Amino acid sequence: MKTIHIIGIVIVAVAIGIVISTAEDASAYVSFEEAKNIAINNDDKKIHVVGELQKDPAGHVTGIQTSPDKLSFTFMMVDEKGEAQQVYYNEPIPTDFTKSEKVVVVGNYQDNTFVASKILLKCPSKYQENELKEI
Amino acid sequence: MIHDLIGDFFGHLFVIIAFVASIFSAISYYMSVGKPLDENLFWKRWGRTFFYVHGASVIAIVGTLFLIIYNHYFEYHYAWSHSSKHLPVEYMISCFWEGQEGSFLLWAFWHVVLGVVVMNTNRFWEGPVMTVFALVQAFLASMILGVVIPGIEYKIGSSPFILMRDAMDAPIFQTNPNFIPEDGTGLNALLQNYWMVIHPPTLFLGYAAMLVPFSYCIAGLWLKKFKEWVGPAIPWTIFSSAILGLGILMGGYWAYETLSFGGYWNWDPVENAVYVPWLVGVASLHTMILFRSNATALKLSIILTIASFILILYSTFMTRSGVLGDASVHSFTDLGLSGQLLIYLVFFTVWSIALSVVRWKEIPSTQKELSTYTKEFWVFIGAAVLCLMGFQVLVPTSIPVYNSFMGLFGIDSNIAPPADPVVYYSKFQLWFAAAVAIISGIGQFFFWKNLDKAGFIKAVLPSLMLTLIVSALGIVLSGIGEISFIVLLTAAIFLIISNLNVLIKILKKNPKLSGGAIAHIGIAMVLIGILFSSGYSTVISLNNSGLKFSDSKDFNNENLLLFVNDPVKMQEFELTYQGDFVEDRQYRSYFNKTDLEYTNNLYKVVAKANLKDNGTTLYKKGDTLEIYPENTYYKIQYKNESGGTFSLYPRAQINEGMGGLLASPDIKRFASRDLYTHISSIPNPEEPVNWSEQEEVTAKIGEKFFINDYVAVLDSINPVQTIEGVTLNEGDIAIKAMVRIMGEIKDYYVEPVFIIKDKMAGRIGDEVSDLAFKITLLHVHPDTNEFTFGIQTRQKNWIVMKALEKPMINILWIGTLVLMFGFTVSFVRRFTEFLKSRNTTS
Repeated sequence: MKTIHIIGIVIVAVAIGIVISTAEDASAYVSFEEAKNIAINNDDKKIHVVGELQKDPAGHVTGIQTSPDKLSFTFMMVDEKGEAQQVYYNEPIPTDFTKSEKVVVVGNYQDNTFVASKILLKCPSKYQENELKEI
Repeated sequence: MIHDLIGDFFGHLFVIIAFVASIFSAISYYMSVGKPLDENLFWKRWGRTFFYVHGASVIAIVGTLFLIIYNHYFEYHYAWSHSSKHLPVEYMISCFWEGQEGSFLLWAFWHVVLGVVVMNTNRFWEGPVMTVFALVQAFLASMILGVVIPGIEYKIGSSPFILMRDAMDAPIFQTNPNFIPEDGTGLNALLQNYWMVIHPPTLFLGYAAMLVPFSYCIAGLWLKKFKEWVGPAIPWTIFSSAILGLGILMGGYWAYETLSFGGYWNWDPVENAVYVPWLVGVASLHTMILFRSNATALKLSIILTIASFILILYSTFMTRSGVLGDASVHSFTDLGLSGQLLIYLVFFTVWSIALSVVRWKEIPSTQKELSTYTKEFWVFIGAAVLCLMGFQVLVPTSIPVYNSFMGLFGIDSNIAPPADPVVYYSKFQLWFAAAVAIISGIGQFFFWKNLDKAGFIKAVLPSLMLTLIVSALGIVLSGIGEISFIVLLTAAIFLIISNLNVLIKILKKNPKLSGGAIAHIGIAMVLIGILFSSGYSTVISLNNSGLKFSDSKDFNNENLLLFVNDPVKMQEFELTYQGDFVEDRQYRSYFNKTDLEYTNNLYKVVAKANLKDNGTTLYKKGDTLEIYPENTYYKIQYKNESGGTFSLYPRAQINEGMGGLLASPDIKRFASRDLYTHISSIPNPEEPVNWSEQEEVTAKIGEKFFINDYVAVLDSINPVQTIEGVTLNEGDIAIKAMVRIMGEIKDYYVEPVFIIKDKMAGRIGDEVSDLAFKITLLHVHPDTNEFTFGIQTRQKNWIVMKALEKPMINILWIGTLVLMFGFTVSFVRRFTEFLKSRNTTS
C-alpha cells in the first residue's frame, strides 16, 4: 500500500470521527419535561428550550425576581408544550427582556431549577424595522 | 415631494442595465473562447464593452444609493431603515453593509474592480476568465433586481431603491401616498464604529478576490491548459488569503472593541462562514506553490481552489437565506432570496464539479511514491489538516441547514448547535492548530533543501533543542498547566524558531523569497496571542460580597454592582463609578451630564459650568454645545495600590431596535495585558423613580446649608425672562436659584425655578443625578430674604459592570501585522514572476 493511500484512509477516518463527535456534542431543542428526564439520568448535558415568558391574562410578564444585588435573576418561562418552569440566570437582567416574543434558554436542570447559561431573545424587531410608527 | 426620479427611475434603470449587460458580457466572452483570432477579438471586444457598461452601472447604483442616503430621502425604504438625519457622513458608508442589498452591491463592486484589473493584466485568459466573472455578476445583480415576473408573481431580488409606500403596508399610505417619514430609524449603533467602516469592505474584497483563482481554474480546465492557469492565479490566491485573513482579524478587533461578549471571536455561524473558506483557501495556496516548485499536487490544487469558492457561496447562502434563524445573532433576515441564493450556489457547484469530472483523466499527475522526507509530503499533510480543521467547523455550523433540509421532507429534526460554542470549537481547533504549526515547522526544512532522514535530523535538532528551552521557560514563567495549551505553545514556538532559522538563510541569499517564512512567524504569534488572551482570560470583577440569591448552587457572580461615588475593591484596584458622561461633537471629549442642561433639541445642550478636559477649558458656562446623545459613557476610576489612577469610559445605549442595552467596552492597554471593562446593567429608564418624602431647608443668599450631608451654597437668585415650555405674560415673574453643591469629587450646580404665573405659584425642580436628589424652590420670603428649598432623594445611580483581563493580547495584534507583511512580500514576488512570464510568452 502506498503512503498516499494510508494518508487517505487516515483523512477519511478523521472526517468520520468529526461527524460522529458532532452528533455526540450537538445540543437539542427539547421541552422542560425532556430536560428534566435528562437531568434525572445524571446527564449534565446542556440543552435548548424554546418558549415564552409567563404572562398574566392582561399580557403583563409575571414571575421575574431580581436578586438584591441586581447581579442575577429568575423568571418563569412557558415552553412550547405549555409547561411553566422557573429559570435561573446568573447574569443581570437584559434590558428589553420583558419585551421579547420568544425566549431560547440554553442550560440544564440543577436540582429543581433550570439554570440557564445563555439566553437568546427574539425581539419583535431586531435588524429590520418593519413597523412604521405614527408621528 | 417624493424624489422618485433618482431612485425609482434611475436607480432601477441602472440595476436593470447592470444585470442585462453582465449577461451580454458573459455571452460575448463565452463566444470568444476557442474562436479564430479575428472572431475571438471581435467577441472579446463586445464582452469587454458590456463588462464596462456593467461596471459603470454598478458604480452608478452605488452613487445613486449614496445620494439617497446622503440627502435623507426617507421616502426610500433603504434610507429610512438604515440611516437617519443625524448620522455622521463617515458612517453613511456603513449603511451599505447594514442591509443585504447594499452588501450585495459592495460585493459586486469589488468584482467589477477586480474584473477590470484581471482583464487588463492578462489578455490571454480574458475570454474564459471573464465569462465566469460576468456570470457571477449576473447572479449578484439579480439579487438586487427587484423585478416581479408577471404570471407566476415571483419576485427576483430585492431592490435597494424600493419606496416606502411599496415596501410596507402602513395605513398612512392609503390616506397619503406621498407621506415621507420625518426621520430614518438610524444605523445600528454597533456599526457606528470606524472599524465597521473598513472591516466589511476588506472582508468583501477578500471574498471577491477568491473568484479570481476560481475563474482561472475553470478557464484552465475549459481550455485544457491544466498547468498554465496556476501561474497567473497564485498572486490572486495570496491576495485573497491575505485580505480575507485581514478582514477576519479586523472583525475580531472590532468585536473586541465594540461588542461586550468579552472577546474577539465567538464561533458564531457568521464568523465560521468566513473562517472555513479562508482555511481551505490557504490550503490551496500551499498546494499551488508546491505545484509551481515541482509540478506535483495539481489535482489537489484544482479541488481546493474550487472548494474554497464553493464554500464562499455556501457561506453566503447560510448567512443570507435566513436558514440560520435562531442559531446566529447577526445573520441577515430573510429577504425571500433563499431560492435565488440556492440556484447561485448550485449553478457554480454543478458546473465546476462537472467540468472537473469530464477533464479529470486528462489532468496530468505524477505517479511518484510519496516519501516522508519530501516537501510534497509535508505540504500535502498540512493542506489535509487545514481542510479537516475547516470541516470540523463546517459540520456543526451546518446543523440549522440540516434541520431545514429535513424539514423539507416533513421530518422534524431537533438537533441544536453545541450549547457552548466557544468551549466546543476551541477543544478541537486547538489541536488542529498545534498540528498545523508542527507540520509547517517541519515542512520548512524540506521546502528549501532536499533532505534524507539523517540530513533532516541534523537540520532540525538545533531548532528543536532551542524550542524546548524557550517553551520550558515560557511554561514556567507563565505558569500554564493545561496539557493542550503546553502542546500548542510548544508547537507555535517551534514554528517561530524553524522559520527564523530559514528566514536568516533566505535573507542572506534573496530577501524577496522571505514572504512565506515571515507569514509563518506571524501565524505562530497569532496562535500564541490567542492562546494566552483567550485561554487565560480571567474575570476579575468577582463579587465577593457574600450576597447570594440562589441557594441551589454556589454561584460566584462575575459582575460588580457600583453605586455612584462609592468605592469598591476589585483585586489590586479600587473602583469608583463617577457619573454619566456624554461625548461632544467638536472635541470628542466626555462631559458629565450633571454639568449640562438639556434643551428641546436632543443634540444641543448648554454648559452649566466651565467644561474642561485635561485642564483646558473647552466650553464656558452658558455655551451651547453639540453632543452625541445616543451614547452614555460611565466613568469608572481605577486606583491602584500605589495611588495611581486612570479612568475607563465603557459606554452603553438603550436601543429598542436592538433589543435593549447595547454596551461597548473600554479597554486599558498595558504592554503585557489588556484590562477590559464593560457595563452589564443600568437602571431601567422606564421604571418609575421612587422619590422620598420632601424635606425642607431654608437659606439666605451666600449662606451655606446641608443637603443630605453635602455642603451646599445658595450662590444667587436671578430673574429669568424665558423658560422652556412655559409662556410668560405681563405681570408673571420667574426666578432661578443657583445652588452649588460640593460633592466628593466635584461641584454640582442645580438651578430650580420658581414662577408666579397668573398669580399662581409654579415650581420646576432640578435634579443632581449623581447625588440622587432633586431640589425644588418652594417658597420665597421677601421679608427675611430667605428661600425655602424642598429636597427629595432617591436610590443612588448604579451600574453593574464586568471586568476581564486579557494577557498578551498584543502578541495577537502584532502577529497579525507580521502575517500581513509576509503575505505582501510573497504577493510581490509571485506577481513579478507572473508579469515576467507573461511578457516573455507574448
